[in-house]
Amino acid sequence: MNIRAQVSSVFHLDKCIGCHTCSIACKNLWTDRKGVEYMWWNNVETKPGTGYPTQWENQEKYRGGWEKKGDRLQLRLGGRGGLLGNIFHNPRLPTMDDYYEPFTYRYGELTSAPAGNDQPTARPVSMISGRPMKIEAGPNWDDDLSGSGIYAANDPGVLQLSREQRAQMFAVERLVMLYLPRICNHCLNAACLAGCPSGAIYKRGEDGIVLINQDKCRGWRMCVSACPYKKTYYGWATGKSEKCVLCYPRLEVGEAPACFHSCVGRIRYLGVLLYDADRIEAAAMQDDKDLVAAQRQIILDPFDPQVLAAAGKAGIAEQVLEAAQRSPVYLFVKKWQIALPLHPEFRTLPMLFYVPPLLPVVSEEHLGTQRLVDDYFTTLENARLPLQYLAGLFTGGNTEEIKAVYRKLMAVRIQRRRITVGDLSESEVAKARELGEVSAEQIEAIFRMTALTSIRQRIVVPPMLREQAIEAGMDPERHKQEMGFGSRRSPKRRW
Amino acid sequence: MSWIQDIVNPKARAWEEFYRNRHQADKVVRSTHGVNCTGGCSWNVHVKDGIVGWELQATDYPALEPSLPPYEPRGCQRGISFSWYLYSPLRIKYPYLRGVLTDLWRAAKALHGDPVAAWTALVEDPVKRKSYQQARGKGGFRRSNWEEVEEIIAASTIYTIKKFGADRLVGFSPIPAMSMLSFAGGSRYMQLLGGANLSFYDWYCDLPNASPEVWGEQTDVAESADWYNSKYIAVVGSNINMTRTPDAHFLGEARHNGTKVTVLSPDFNMTAKHADWWIPAHAGQDGAFWMAVNHVILSEYHHRLQTPYFLEYLKRFTDCPFLIQLTEHDGSYRAGRLVAATAVERYCKEENAGFKYLVWDETSDQPRMPLGTLGFRWQDKKGEWNLQQKDGQDGSEIAPVLSLLTCREAELPVVFDDFGAGQLVQRCVPVHYLVTPQGRIPATTVYDLLMAQFGVDRGLEGAYPSNYDEDMVYTPAWQEKFTGIARDNVVQFAREWAATAETTEGKCSIIIGAGVNHWYHSNLIYRAGIVALMLCGCVGRNGGGLNHYVGQEKLAPVAPWATIMGALDWSKPPRFQNAPSYHYVHSDQWRYERTSDEARVQPVAEHNGITAGHTIDHQIRAVRNGWLPFYPQFDRNPIEVVKQAEIAGAASNQEIVVWVVKELAAGRMKFAVEDPDAPENWPRLWIIWRGNALMSSGKGHEYFLKHYLGTHTNTVAPETAEESVRDVKWHRQAPEGKLDLVVDINFRMDTSALYSDIVLPTATWYEKDDLNSTDMHSFIHPLQAAVPPCWESRSDWDIFKGLAKRFSELAAIHLPEPVRDIVAVPLQHDTPAEMAQPEIKDWCKGECEPIPGKTMPRLVVVERDYKNLYNRFISLGPGARDGIGAHGLTWKIDDIYDEMAEGDRTVEWQGRKYPSLVDAREAAEIILRLAPETNGEMAFRAFAAEEKKVGLPLTDLAADTRGIRTTFADLDRQPRRLLNSPIWTGLTGNGRAYSAYCLNVERLVPWRTLTGRQHFYLDHQGYITAGEHLPTYKPKPDPSSLQDLVVTPTDQKSIMLNYLTPHGKWGIHSTYGDNQRMLTLSRGCHPFWINDQDAAQIDVIDNDWVEIYNDHGVVVTRAVVSARLPRGISFLYHAPERTIGIPKSPLRNARRAGGHNSLNRIRLKPNLMLGGYGQFTYGWNYWGPTGANRDTFILVRKLEGEPQW
Repeated sequence: MNIRAQVSSVFHLDKCIGCHTCSIACKNLWTDRKGVEYMWWNNVETKPGTGYPTQWENQEKYRGGWEKKGDRLQLRLGGRGGLLGNIFHNPRLPTMDDYYEPFTYRYGELTSAPAGNDQPTARPVSMISGRPMKIEAGPNWDDDLSGSGIYAANDPGVLQLSREQRAQMFAVERLVMLYLPRICNHCLNAACLAGCPSGAIYKRGEDGIVLINQDKCRGWRMCVSACPYKKTYYGWATGKSEKCVLCYPRLEVGEAPACFHSCVGRIRYLGVLLYDADRIEAAAMQDDKDLVAAQRQIILDPFDPQVLAAAGKAGIAEQVLEAAQRSPVYLFVKKWQIALPLHPEFRTLPMLFYVPPLLPVVSEEHLGTQRLVDDYFTTLENARLPLQYLAGLFTGGNTEEIKAVYRKLMAVRIQRRRITVGDLSESEVAKARELGEVSAEQIEAIFRMTALTSIRQRIVVPPMLREQAIEAGMDPERHKQEMGFGSRRSPKRRW
Repeated sequence: MSWIQDIVNPKARAWEEFYRNRHQADKVVRSTHGVNCTGGCSWNVHVKDGIVGWELQATDYPALEPSLPPYEPRGCQRGISFSWYLYSPLRIKYPYLRGVLTDLWRAAKALHGDPVAAWTALVEDPVKRKSYQQARGKGGFRRSNWEEVEEIIAASTIYTIKKFGADRLVGFSPIPAMSMLSFAGGSRYMQLLGGANLSFYDWYCDLPNASPEVWGEQTDVAESADWYNSKYIAVVGSNINMTRTPDAHFLGEARHNGTKVTVLSPDFNMTAKHADWWIPAHAGQDGAFWMAVNHVILSEYHHRLQTPYFLEYLKRFTDCPFLIQLTEHDGSYRAGRLVAATAVERYCKEENAGFKYLVWDETSDQPRMPLGTLGFRWQDKKGEWNLQQKDGQDGSEIAPVLSLLTCREAELPVVFDDFGAGQLVQRCVPVHYLVTPQGRIPATTVYDLLMAQFGVDRGLEGAYPSNYDEDMVYTPAWQEKFTGIARDNVVQFAREWAATAETTEGKCSIIIGAGVNHWYHSNLIYRAGIVALMLCGCVGRNGGGLNHYVGQEKLAPVAPWATIMGALDWSKPPRFQNAPSYHYVHSDQWRYERTSDEARVQPVAEHNGITAGHTIDHQIRAVRNGWLPFYPQFDRNPIEVVKQAEIAGAASNQEIVVWVVKELAAGRMKFAVEDPDAPENWPRLWIIWRGNALMSSGKGHEYFLKHYLGTHTNTVAPETAEESVRDVKWHRQAPEGKLDLVVDINFRMDTSALYSDIVLPTATWYEKDDLNSTDMHSFIHPLQAAVPPCWESRSDWDIFKGLAKRFSELAAIHLPEPVRDIVAVPLQHDTPAEMAQPEIKDWCKGECEPIPGKTMPRLVVVERDYKNLYNRFISLGPGARDGIGAHGLTWKIDDIYDEMAEGDRTVEWQGRKYPSLVDAREAAEIILRLAPETNGEMAFRAFAAEEKKVGLPLTDLAADTRGIRTTFADLDRQPRRLLNSPIWTGLTGNGRAYSAYCLNVERLVPWRTLTGRQHFYLDHQGYITAGEHLPTYKPKPDPSSLQDLVVTPTDQKSIMLNYLTPHGKWGIHSTYGDNQRMLTLSRGCHPFWINDQDAAQIDVIDNDWVEIYNDHGVVVTRAVVSARLPRGISFLYHAPERTIGIPKSPLRNARRAGGHNSLNRIRLKPNLMLGGYGQFTYGWNYWGPTGANRDTFILVRKLEGEPQW
């Protein structure tokens, strides 16, 4: 056993309202500079849709993530040799068009326009060239089913459905959408890290955060290709790649990452997971449909005395273990098993998990009127979205895993209805619990964590013990005395 | 996996300082965004190097009950983008003056020296006036300085006061709750001048008229945490997840707690995504759905099951048991007026007997007079205005019956309106005959009328449907043709709704919004839903009720704030104008409609003197009868009016009033509204602050440009009113450019700023101190200066203080002596004027005597001390000492006033000390000190005053919190929860979620209506004539009668669609929607949403440029083609700026295309102008017609060629 601690997350998609507050919080803090304007370390996508960069899930196109080659895992981009061969020309890189050309407006001309015979207007201009431009793409172009006939219809997940299922999804009365907020998954088996020719990418020992060393990065952009989630980005002004840092400067002072803090849907949970690093490769080698279960398995029980002892030996501090015991992520992922990784078939073992959304029941056209089914709550059978689509997102195609989650979520609602209103019978509740394989107590716990928690319960930042980290390189007392003195200096281009 | 290494080596990680440096801030300051979004979110603004870097939400709201989810974090994608504005190129850094006017002014100033003389010479030269008017909106701004612009404004103000009258000055700023002192600064200044402040809530169409109709309340709703208490939520015309972003989580969390959520919306929207049921009802037809739901509820849960909880609730808390007189017409009957105590001998001598209404008592089998009705509210003897089931004469217990069905003397055929089919149906109702001095009159109950109106078959004769499948008005089958929703689902919905309400005793709620409220007949749609709530006992219950969230209307500490805002501490009454009437009349939009079309838009039960005629003539009647205000008041300067009266021998104020009435009665003096296009009746100087009056809220924007501003316009609409107007004076040539001067106070160059003559730079929300409250939560919290006002900007309070100073200096020369001004105000809600006009009579036609405050507006002579206007502005005047209050309730504050006047924050002038209002923070402290919501002692006093009126104990509600005092510094530390207050109707003790009308239900405090109860039946002569006395359905106006497309031809390349402008995702009105963040996340523009098949019909593909047009104007933008929208409707999300990336329009002479309001013209609903009786009396932002804008049709076609800039 090789135990490590990772700061991990759960996004509860049923609570996501698609507002993008998280995206702006991140943008304000990290990517508002020249050269990184187009980067959205945190973005939110409407599914079905093609996302940002467009079609990012299509690994036929981008060749991100890992694939099984016999009994080994290999980057889809190719082995070490293939990577180096492509350093000067990488055909799998997303282009500006796949992201978008960042734009602004000539706002100042509204005030400075000379007297004329018509009203002035602020024209859109490129933030790259400064010239007037046509706006034809953006980081959220297909928001709320904008251009549904083009974007939703070409969602890689939708394209895998049968013609019949697709037709159903797009009939007006069956239309459906969900929101998918995405940040770096800080994967256990990070493809970006594996792909970096400069060795600039590393996973922090204390919290598992994956970072690109801005001093070492030489801008080869292999990480951009290798990451199947397209969550590393090339900064054209500095010539270095950047990505989500999980707001480590905030975590280090005990604050939630900006996107977590600002999440107004209260969908984001953060906490420590303990895992067995020795079993990463084996887990990542499972068949598509077994990947979710395999990843769950290497996550360890923070209450297990053996785990705690081994963790102590591995140097994980007691305070961090205590945090792991309060981790809501552990509950969602391991104990309740209602949070799933995004595209486990990319085999990076992402450490951000999603509770899939409940969606309204369908209605049908009948004699010129809309007829709704008579379910009281959402049901699996009458869900608007084919289960196969959700399985394509979260379980490597395993619909049973999806069904198991839904049955639990429904049991929660049914039991709470029974308790708060009483118009459902106890036998109905019992049946729901049995189907969901969930106890009455677990339901109450799931309900409380979903509905009632405060930010301190949703986001359990482990103590980062900075004095000890600093001590490894410098006396913390001296650090205290000297911190902040010195000139600001950004990392230099390395060629 | 050998290459995956965890790195802890500190040397290898030294670079990590890079991101740490970025994150380190020097200071964090609590503030918020003063924007009309209802969010009211507390934010932490991060300052680094003296520059605002970014903002994150505060998460420290005091907790509510532990069973409720917490409020944190509050704040959305728009709010978090605000820091972009501070240093952006859109920021207004200096005062600006348009070049043409700059040159004219400087030349005139050089010639005349005196600023007033200079302005007079400039503005009275028609060529010069026209030259700068035509330059409006066309660039050419020049940087000016405060001294110069203040001087121009002061000169223009004095010119206007002397030449035309102070009531030709107008100020507009919306939604005070979002930054109350910034609002108050300007309105205080305007009211000290005697200018008119325009309303906003009704103009924005945020006012739900059904609320005053049913509850006598402007609006009162649950805070969003109370949604979580609801067990069945119907979301109707409200896109919670899109527009109530910080509150949406309560809806999601409620679902996990076993609540069912049903969403009615024509499009598959963000909230429908979260629903259990999405009911894709056709746009604007929600009323038909609810009417059929009510049919089912009444049939099953009332008639058949006699649900005890529902019936008891109706008896005590609604007008259901009250008796209505039936009036005979040719053998059949119509529902008439409430039966008042004057009708029976036993009660006819009671004080205010005409306003005490009768029920049928089960025990005595007699008509009886319960407590709590209007007459009890305004009688001399206090303490009988409550909802105890007692006789108002002898205090004996009474047991009102809901229905006369089992004790009826007879049954009579009553005629009901079926507006959907344009026919009448006749149904029998049970009656009793009352013996009155006028003979025997048949009467029935409101409940019996409801049963008949909704067609519940109780075995009585008449056209009652026999089952749900019969297509007769209000059955589930009937509604299908309007809503497109299957009848079975209506029945199922109604059963789930009523069953949940029965089990939980009223925990069903409706969340409703602008998606419904902006339709022409929105008051009826709302009432249809409210009926379902009241029938099931859901109002005044936690988890129940009508939760209308349209506009941040709740200014919690309203009593002291109103005193400062209206300058009531110096002079009463203020000139508060309802904006819909103002703009309809002054921007000449009335000239573009004809009576025949309006009559089709508004079907009425009976065409007669009350309902007939052009809307402008209805408007004139409303002013003459004292139903609505109108400024300017008269065809001459109000100061001149007083002088003329004096010349005629009137000395006292009373004699002046008498003279004015005589002149009006003789027709020698006219109301200005009768001839709005005459130059002496134009508005002259308009100051706009905190709002985008010319674009975002400029409904009929192109008419604003034409008639107000006199600049370019894209309207091609023909003027069609001439043939059908009667009372208004018609000028063949409509004036263009009525306004002499338009001043905009702004931090960003928005459309209103761009079209104004003078732009004043204001501090942003991170650069000033202010207060913020909302109805979405129950906290009060501050705006604070994280950095000082940037560049040459000043806070709004300081800007108006500066204008006041400059004005006073000039007034010392030009208006040195105090002057008398006469103010006309309408009959006010929450005053005895609610008893003024039980019947509609027109003094102008000799139907009654002209009596101010009774049959016509109240007239009050006031004194204005212009030389001391600045001194008054900065001092809390002695008028406040006498007491403050709201909603007809006042309490003493003299001891606190004196304490403050002796304190360390005072100003002294002419030998007297006053509490200081020099800066906004001082004003905020005074408000916090005097408001019951923030000061426990004040709450106690207010409840004590309420106790006297009601006659039941109430001070216990304030006993526990009596010692609480709140200061501005407290709010800096943490948002504070509002205390219980009789000014509001929810209860907040011990963390309980605020839900409207709990005070009424639990403590038997009457609603401020005719019966003191909630009203199903609207007893007003005008409502009866209009056929809106009972809840009803009126069809959506047909496009052919709307005059949107009279001269705009249709062709093969275009398609006609219903044009909807719901609130969007990337802006709050026009704010945020123009910033680079939001534009990046949307499509770099405000696109036009169209259904994919509709788009295909005109050969438009996604992101194509399109031209959207009708007679009123044109918009050019790009299309979003989506199957999310049904066919036949289109969205242009409210509210784009026409200044950001807008090309020219080939269809309209290659001029710059407009914004969303370029495509509409407002249309006022005449029965919402009624007044003078009960809850229908006037209140600013409380009553009046609204700026409805959903019933609009446009053509859309692909833009020809490339966009031209």
